[in-house]
Amino acid sequence: MNTTQDNSQAGLSFFETAPGKLLVSLGGLIATIVFLVWGFGFLRAAEVPLYVMTPFAILWGVGGIAMLYTFGNMFIEQMPQVITARVQPYLFVGPAVLILFWYLAFPTIRTLWISAFSNAGGPPAAVWASPAEGGGWDNFSKEFSENFVGLDNYAQIFSGENNNMRIAFRNNLYWILFGASSSVIMGLLIAVLADRSKFENVAKAIVFLPMAISFVGAGVIWNFIYEYRPSGESQIGLANAILTLFGAEPTTFAQNVGLPWGLNNIFLIIIVIWLQTGYAMVLFSSAIKGIPSELLEAARVDGANEVQIFFRIMIPVIWGTIITVTTTVVIFTLKVFDVVWVMTGGQFDTQVIGTQFYRESFTSGNSGTGSALAIILLLAVVPVMIYNLRDFSKRRTF
Amino acid sequence: MFKGAKSQERVSSILINGSLVIICLLWIIPVFGLLVSSFRDRFDIATSGWWTIFPHREWVKTAELDPKTLGVDPNSVMTIEGATGTFEEFRAGIEEDGVRVQWVGNKRLGKVEVQQMEWTTRAKLTTENYANVLTGKRYTFTDENGNEKEVQGDNLGGAFLNSIGVTIPATVIPILIAAFAAYGFAWMQFPGRRLFFITLIALLVVPLQISLVPILRDYTRLGLNGTYLAIWLAHTGFGLPLATYLLYNYVSQLPRDILESAFIDGASHFTVFTRLILPLSFPALASFAIFQFLWVWNDYLVALIFIGDNPALKLLTMRLVDVVGSRGNDWHLLTAAAFVTMILPMTVFLSMQRYFVRGLLAGSVKG
Repeated sequence: MNTTQDNSQAGLSFFETAPGKLLVSLGGLIATIVFLVWGFGFLRAAEVPLYVMTPFAILWGVGGIAMLYTFGNMFIEQMPQVITARVQPYLFVGPAVLILFWYLAFPTIRTLWISAFSNAGGPPAAVWASPAEGGGWDNFSKEFSENFVGLDNYAQIFSGENNNMRIAFRNNLYWILFGASSSVIMGLLIAVLADRSKFENVAKAIVFLPMAISFVGAGVIWNFIYEYRPSGESQIGLANAILTLFGAEPTTFAQNVGLPWGLNNIFLIIIVIWLQTGYAMVLFSSAIKGIPSELLEAARVDGANEVQIFFRIMIPVIWGTIITVTTTVVIFTLKVFDVVWVMTGGQFDTQVIGTQFYRESFTSGNSGTGSALAIILLLAVVPVMIYNLRDFSKRRTF
Repeated sequence: MFKGAKSQERVSSILINGSLVIICLLWIIPVFGLLVSSFRDRFDIATSGWWTIFPHREWVKTAELDPKTLGVDPNSVMTIEGATGTFEEFRAGIEEDGVRVQWVGNKRLGKVEVQQMEWTTRAKLTTENYANVLTGKRYTFTDENGNEKEVQGDNLGGAFLNSIGVTIPATVIPILIAAFAAYGFAWMQFPGRRLFFITLIALLVVPLQISLVPILRDYTRLGLNGTYLAIWLAHTGFGLPLATYLLYNYVSQLPRDILESAFIDGASHFTVFTRLILPLSFPALASFAIFQFLWVWNDYLVALIFIGDNPALKLLTMRLVDVVGSRGNDWHLLTAAAFVTMILPMTVFLSMQRYFVRGLLAGSVKG
């Protein structure tokens, strides 16, 4: 593993000797760090046009990081073998671990902490601002200047007085009850149908296609379908055209607050069913293909009909996949934001936790309440997290 | 008996294929309607559904009369072309013997149309909508009342470039970092290995909402808000757990003896990684790349928070939301704009579907 062992051989240039390599790697490391720091400033300033920035960013991000790994590795390999073996793993995993901690692990704790403070308080100042203005490294670690309120933000969210929040929680429940379950059931149905049809691949590609469409784009597509024109005018939205064809009055669908129990939410939920059924279908389809054909044949020979085969054989065999898909889809619908934001802006009683989080954190300046909502979202996925961890600890590799 | 079984098979085949066709139609019609609409004339799209581009029967104007030359008084009962009625009745259209007489427009300036039920299409197609949304230049058009209007284009072309500028680095950087880490976790022993990996697994499902407020504060302090760097790093951070996990699963399954024989030949970890593991991991790298590409391209929330209001840096999704806000009823522009945002991810998706599916099956689910 040590590449330096043969460098005493004659005929090697200086750069192939141990001190030479050490020098090269040190110089390279310094150059890389200078390049990364300089590039950081250059990119942050963003003074050149994008067609210069983009290639440079790729060069900076990919090239700089590749250089860091390469020279860092060269340097480590010049060390005594004991040190190399000790340090090298951290070169490999270090950058990823640092980023994970900065972007996800610490923020989780920080958000929990912020959620225990009252809402007032402006945005923090830049590091190079004077300490009096809230800048400087001394203030860097401070999250806020507000008052500690303990669990008050949570109490306020869950108190019955807060009608907005109550509706948001109800709507999220709708999203999970109707949205997630329909996606799973439709996905399973289409997977089973496609498995027996002659145009399986085309059908699957069609149902799968919306996965490539953004929530924002899907919002426009469905806004167009739901477009409302007053009764008597020619309807340009497909949904109202069909309604009026059968003699019904045109309606505003997602914006129709006249519907009982907030059922206008269903018209937003349909969009996400349309988007994520493809995901469920692909997973189910591959699980169905994994069912041993002898099992199905044996059941048919025994006289089972297709419905029995579906419920008594397929469902139990692919049960694990059903659980995985359902969990994923539930997590996904739990965090829904873009669709609602684009379609209704969270008005017309269509707000969900995701839109309330955005509103509180970034438009109303209530980062305490916003963070409490983020923590509530996190708590909702904790069971999945625990499951993943238990599943992982069963593996023999670790 | 045999014949019966065969016809039963045929019935079930028709049922299966029939219901699948209906489902596929349900799924494709929204996209198809959008695509068709984006090419329709602005007047047509505002007055008729996109499905009227197909042959259908409707009242078609066969003659147009000027009420002034007819000498009728719109304020009393009129008789035009054999039809008799009040102004309101003519506005709705009076039908007689397969001919409809309809007053179009107001009392003073309106015209009387004689219409017949005919097969027709409204298939006037144009690429003007795309020209208008793609550039940021001002363009003029004539509206329904014949007035010239000048409107600012939506500059989606610029936003398209911005989106590419954000998406490529935000896809490539996490892959590189994750590949190194995946190798480290799979093939190296070091203190903290288990702890770090457990942290990573726990972070897989953490909703990214949890990070937005703290990271925004860091970015404000570091002066990073509204820069591309901010968003590349954010997507790198949010994409890393999944990337590392996926690549780890793949790299750790590679046959042990390949690596061991390389080590016996004196290769270092670094050489094994760059010469052996990276090329061998291509399928896993590709499936994560597609995943991250689609995720970043279609993202709205992260861009909204870290880029914010800087108009020069707007991405496609943000621009599209702006267009929805400012031109909520100009469907000729909205549909074209929406399609511009969708064209690249759909192409990537359809051409590399195989890798995407592989990634999904390997557990590509992001927190």
